[in-house]
Amino acid sequence: MSTHEPLPDDAVAWVERRTGATPLLKKAMRYVFPDHWSFLLGEVALYSFLVLIGTGIYLALFYEDSTEKIVYHGNYAPLDGFHMSKAYASVVHLSWDVKAGLLIRQTHHWAANLFVAAIVLHLLRIFFTGAFRKPRELTYVIGLLMLMIALPEGYLGYSLVDDLLSGMGLAIGYGVALSVPFIGGNMALALWGAPFPGDPQFFSRMYIAHVFLLPIAIATLLAVHLVLVASRHHTQFKRMPSQTERKVVGSPMVPGYAPKSIGLLLAVVAVLFLLGGLVQINPIWQWGPYATAQATNAAQPDWYLGWLIGALRLVPGFDLTLGNYTLVANPFWGGALFPVVVFAIIGLYPWWERRRTGDRQTHNLLDRPRDNPRRTAFGAGLLTWVILVLFAGSADRVYVQFGFSYDAQVWIYRGLVIVAPLVVYAVTRRICRELQAADRVEIIVSAAELEAERAPGATHL
Amino acid sequence: MKRWIYAGLAMVAGRRQVARSWRESGERIVPEGQPSPGAELAVMALLVCSAICAAGFVVVYAVVPLDVMTQWLGLALGGCLAFGSAAAIVFSKTLVVDEDAEEDYPEPSAEDVDEVRRIVRESGSRITRKRLLLGTTGLAGSALGAALITPAVSLGPVFDTESLYTSAWKRGKRLVDEHEVPYKAADIETGTFYTAYPEHEGTDRIDAPIVVVRLDPAELKLPPERADWAPQGILAYSKICTHAGCAIALYRKPLFAPVEPRPALVCPCHYSTFDPATAGSVIFGPAGRPLPQLPLMIDAATGELKAGGVFSGPVGPGWSGVRDGKVRFEPSGPKGVE
Repeated sequence: MSTHEPLPDDAVAWVERRTGATPLLKKAMRYVFPDHWSFLLGEVALYSFLVLIGTGIYLALFYEDSTEKIVYHGNYAPLDGFHMSKAYASVVHLSWDVKAGLLIRQTHHWAANLFVAAIVLHLLRIFFTGAFRKPRELTYVIGLLMLMIALPEGYLGYSLVDDLLSGMGLAIGYGVALSVPFIGGNMALALWGAPFPGDPQFFSRMYIAHVFLLPIAIATLLAVHLVLVASRHHTQFKRMPSQTERKVVGSPMVPGYAPKSIGLLLAVVAVLFLLGGLVQINPIWQWGPYATAQATNAAQPDWYLGWLIGALRLVPGFDLTLGNYTLVANPFWGGALFPVVVFAIIGLYPWWERRRTGDRQTHNLLDRPRDNPRRTAFGAGLLTWVILVLFAGSADRVYVQFGFSYDAQVWIYRGLVIVAPLVVYAVTRRICRELQAADRVEIIVSAAELEAERAPGATHL
Repeated sequence: MKRWIYAGLAMVAGRRQVARSWRESGERIVPEGQPSPGAELAVMALLVCSAICAAGFVVVYAVVPLDVMTQWLGLALGGCLAFGSAAAIVFSKTLVVDEDAEEDYPEPSAEDVDEVRRIVRESGSRITRKRLLLGTTGLAGSALGAALITPAVSLGPVFDTESLYTSAWKRGKRLVDEHEVPYKAADIETGTFYTAYPEHEGTDRIDAPIVVVRLDPAELKLPPERADWAPQGILAYSKICTHAGCAIALYRKPLFAPVEPRPALVCPCHYSTFDPATAGSVIFGPAGRPLPQLPLMIDAATGELKAGGVFSGPVGPGWSGVRDGKVRFEPSGPKGVE
């Protein structure tokens, strides 16, 4: 009977008999993906995450989470004979003495950068097209949570290396933890186990957080995110008359979309391995092992932490005190409150917009940014705020490169971060309205043309 | 060998047969498209290239010297994946139909919602004091939560912030460099700065490193109670920034005093700038507290520098109790002593 069936049919029958999953499979295979390049950003993040897991497992097989001091002997001659922690030595060893070690380490680092970049761009796409509206608020908030976990995850990743950059970053993290009102001192001592640089167990704690707790959290949220996306279906731009609030039109997973997506997956991984092989990132051997008494401004953290550096730098020098009691120590403003406020604004925005507009409808069709001038202007203003603070974090580099006074730059940024978002808000809103007006003219004109075309046709009949 | 050739021919010929058998089986789910043998050839060629690159990766791993291996490995693996990607994209553009499939967006089912509501309501119909029951459940839940969180207290000295006030420096401790060589007053020159540690206390602890600078005694504007803290104009401050705990690794030294700002200690993390002449006060940047100053004295017999007492305040970034001002010497540091 089944001897004449070609193999795939056998496999399908086997799966159906053992799992009863063919109805689900059938649905998944014909799941519809509306087409727009910007819908791929989330996929890029997903594929970067896969690379992070794969390369990360390899790195974990070589890394030692110990601050015990040893003397390094290995292929990197400038550090040969130096005292350093086992943690740092294991990463230098991986980079210089292990075949393919440096490739995997650099690919991991590049993947981390791309992961966060893709999430941020994905978030911008979602925000400016109004994709977060009912019924997708949960998907949105879960996506934002993943971004909020991805940042400390990346921070822990380069902190584990125990080079000079790691130590400076950890010192700042310790300062920010201490600065939290009321409980900061207790909290920092709980996390670090002792005053900075902390108990030796601190590295084990960072390690388990970096390779287990936070990745598991991201993976779990990712699963829920994807299930929710599929259950509510993709949003779409209205590009065809058949695309409506009730009907999604696009390429089905099989046969159209899957090969495209596999192509994207392979392209992302290809780019990451090419970067990992050809473009140096975080040359940890150059920074040297961390010592409490050392710091440098030559080592810069990854771009996605730059906004926190900028915020920490821009706040004027004061602590909020009540007699001898320090209510708020300075790093709290830039290092903790600023990101919390930014994330809170982004996370609560869907409900705020709903309240402002009174719009409780389900939205499956996307807005173009111009369609909602206030949202677009608000997003542009917020983005300006964060980007200016990010730029402020590079003022010292600007000074080194161009000799433009650092103090002057800081004062300019202090002014700009207040003024520029408001200006950008007003300008963006105006631009959106102008574009809308131009659209209306176009529609009227094309309607008139249509009329004119029809008129002679009518005489023929 | 012959059998392989026949098998190959059968595969090539088989393509049309399969296509024909599909055509016969009535209404299609996936719309029909034209075959494109040329594109199939291209995809296969790309896949072969991909396989060659993958093999190249293995070869590079086996034979290329370690110092240039990373680049070649990256090229080989990246190339393999890039060819694979190209194959998938060419495949999707040429060998599958480009269809616009439609699907309905899911509508919420009012009946299901209603049924779930009823299940919940009817399940609880035997209960008369719902709020009280919920309240006590909440109580038990929070109590359990608190109990489960309690072991986290063991992570560190959570309720004992005493360690934040301690320092390895006390009166009489000699200033040494990282090789435990004592500093003499005569070693300290103007125009640069020195990093010193307390003798026999290690270099790791945040309260250990200090910066030592020499200024013209006439320029100093120290508070009266610190008048004797800077013998010969030699000053010592904690090297840890009071903003966020980085090391003060920069010393701003005016090259032409009339137009350039006065000497300053600068943290390279957020550019908090401290004036060593005025007891470490903040002259720029985000720090909210002056640098803690360490009183110095010069050993009359040896000329060596020694601490004249404890720091003027707790070292490092601020927390709620940082201004309580109680710094004390810790007799034997449990950490950082090697």
